[in-house]
Amino acid sequence: MKIKDVAKEEFITGSLSCAGCGNLLAVRLALKALGKRTIIIIPAGCLSAVTCFCPQIPFRVPMFVSPFAATSAILQGVSTGFEFRGIKDINVLGIGGDGATADIGMASFSDAIVSASRFIYLCVDNEAYMNTNVQSSATTPTGAITTTTPFPDTMQETRLSKKNLFSIAVAHKIPYAATASVSYPLDYYEKVLKAARTDGPSFIHVQIPCPPGWGFPTEKTIEIGRMAVESSMWHLLEYKDGKVRFTHVPKKRIPISEYLKAQARFRRMKPDDIAHLQSMTNEQLAALEANQDKTPL
Amino acid sequence: MGEKKFITGNSAVAAAVKLARVGVIAVYPITPQTPIAERLATFVSTGELNSKYIRVESEHSALSACLGACMAGVRPFTASSSQGLAYMHEILAYASGGRYPLVLAVVNRSLAPPWSIWGEHQDSIQERDTGCIQLYVETAQEALDTTIQAFKIAENSSVFTPVMVCLDAFHVSHTEELVEIPDQADVDRFLPPFQTSMLLDPDEPKSLSIGASGKQYMTWRFQQYQAIKTAEKVIQEANKEFESIFGRDYGGLVDAYRCEDADCIIVIMGSFAGVARDTADMLRLNGIRTGVLKIRAFRPFPNQVISDYLNSAKWVLVIDRDLSFGNEGAVCSEVRGALYGLDHAPAITNFIAGLGGADVTAQDIRKAVQEMIKVTDVTERHIIFQFMDADK
Amino acid sequence: MSSRLQEKETHPLGPQWPAGEIPINVGSYTNIKPVIDKSRCNSCRLCWLFCPDGAISIGEEDNKPTVNDNLCKSCGICVYECPLKIIKL
Repeated sequence: MKIKDVAKEEFITGSLSCAGCGNLLAVRLALKALGKRTIIIIPAGCLSAVTCFCPQIPFRVPMFVSPFAATSAILQGVSTGFEFRGIKDINVLGIGGDGATADIGMASFSDAIVSASRFIYLCVDNEAYMNTNVQSSATTPTGAITTTTPFPDTMQETRLSKKNLFSIAVAHKIPYAATASVSYPLDYYEKVLKAARTDGPSFIHVQIPCPPGWGFPTEKTIEIGRMAVESSMWHLLEYKDGKVRFTHVPKKRIPISEYLKAQARFRRMKPDDIAHLQSMTNEQLAALEANQDKTPL
Repeated sequence: MGEKKFITGNSAVAAAVKLARVGVIAVYPITPQTPIAERLATFVSTGELNSKYIRVESEHSALSACLGACMAGVRPFTASSSQGLAYMHEILAYASGGRYPLVLAVVNRSLAPPWSIWGEHQDSIQERDTGCIQLYVETAQEALDTTIQAFKIAENSSVFTPVMVCLDAFHVSHTEELVEIPDQADVDRFLPPFQTSMLLDPDEPKSLSIGASGKQYMTWRFQQYQAIKTAEKVIQEANKEFESIFGRDYGGLVDAYRCEDADCIIVIMGSFAGVARDTADMLRLNGIRTGVLKIRAFRPFPNQVISDYLNSAKWVLVIDRDLSFGNEGAVCSEVRGALYGLDHAPAITNFIAGLGGADVTAQDIRKAVQEMIKVTDVTERHIIFQFMDADK
Repeated sequence: MSSRLQEKETHPLGPQWPAGEIPINVGSYTNIKPVIDKSRCNSCRLCWLFCPDGAISIGEEDNKPTVNDNLCKSCGICVYECPLKIIKL
């Protein structure tokens, strides 16, 4: 896939998001891939907060702001409704944040992805409840400073590990699942297209760097996302036809300390913690490489 | 003339849903509503009902899935009870605030703890502020007929508000009675195809259930208020039209029995109204002119109609199968509000009875009436609890 | 004035809004906007691809990017990502 294949039409301009918002880029690209005949369901979060207050509504496609925990259930309902009416050409896209998917929406998400409904669930993961001033969520990585984990090593609530939504979706045997990054836009774009072609539920977990929440300058959004993949703290995977594989392997690998040092939210991590995290990351990468093209349990 | 069958209230509701040509069903099971979910699943799998059945993991998701289907332009249905209805609470307010025409059946059951699967109105009463229309039925036949009417009321373009059809656990839901199931052709005449203004349509893109503040917010809330007030008229019209096609009249907002010359009127909701009418007849034989006012529409609360029926009575006994802790029974408070400002307002006694499925007998009601007529001070807030000594 | 804006004036039924109405000029929050040296541009389109706000458009004829100041929030991603470093903020 080449840049010239990316659709030119804009479906979201004029939102009140922060400068350099990774979330916005993810949505902009997804809508380009899906086109005009798409309807979006958005729960509470950064995205709805910057796009749902009238009269500043920047979407050019139908949109519904869903109750926080109910996104997946709404997706099931809309998709089934269209199916009942015999409408087959409308993309049903849910854009839930990490909190809305992995925390409060986990129950309905788990149910919807084993149904036969056709929808795309895009989890935009900025690794905390960013909209409400950066509280810790299920996908906040170990050691990250948030307003509810100000000193990550002293808080008993610090996560042992980031909840792996991709593995959860794969365990449900969803027809199609993928992880993506806005820093690898063509890989992400292709995944959205594949999800749209899936006859059933599909899930894309896209990492979206957040300048104010993670603590880096606004121009480095794409760079930080790139470093996440190069340091193996984020992988670009796909689950299709029952097998997991990498869709992109970075040309160079960097130690996680480079990725961590570039963000203010990891400034309280001690060298021991970083070393421990590095070894865990190495193990995880080795396991993924060993299990390429295999069917997971 | 429809077919007559010996069926329960739950089966009657399921039959109504089938006749209403519902397109998407999402029901999460909870006693005593489960037979509705089961009957509908059978109808869908045998093809008797052309509909899609969504399996959901909770009531919150059940009503959300219905909301989704509504926005896709399809008539949805769900049902719940007690804990499940409480879990749906957020979405009830969402459906009402967002102006979605949904219908749900509520089989009124007690809230835990203490755990009880039996009947009580607390579950739907505590949802009274969510902005849903609430209709309480007395029999399985009324449950069937009201469910069909509910779709018409909800989908009326001046209303566009969710409607809850409330039936008592076990006394209506699981008790069999002779029910006439209307003909599909007659129902098609009464109930037009589904319509909604909140549609997700790429040809006419809009954003639904968005944010607002200040004057814009207040404008939308005022619209909601007006819509539910308009529903009073729509409920009465639906009742009249239903009578003209099917021959059954439920009184619309209230059903009055021997209230014209009554000194003492019993106000009640739900299936125990039958017992109340028997008691009224017995009391009349003993010289107390008694009548029964069954409230059918709890929301919108028909203040004027109730005031008209009650203002000539000396005593009013409001039987509440619920309790708004910190005050009194909810129906009693609302009735009190309806009677405010009348020159000769009756003395009101609140009888809290039938909680946790307790049976309310004619004797219980007669005892309560006898307690009540001893009260002469209109301003006294008199409340009696079933089984407990009278609390003054 | 479009017919959709007129609908807005009379308060649509319930919380809904016609799509694509954006009265607030989000570019007005920042003063400095990126300047692209088009003469050295090789039309790689990375700036257009990475702009979160869709503020960059590619010319139909010359294939070169133009910044829409009304939509640009001056984040600097285009400056950082341009491989030829010909965008200045």
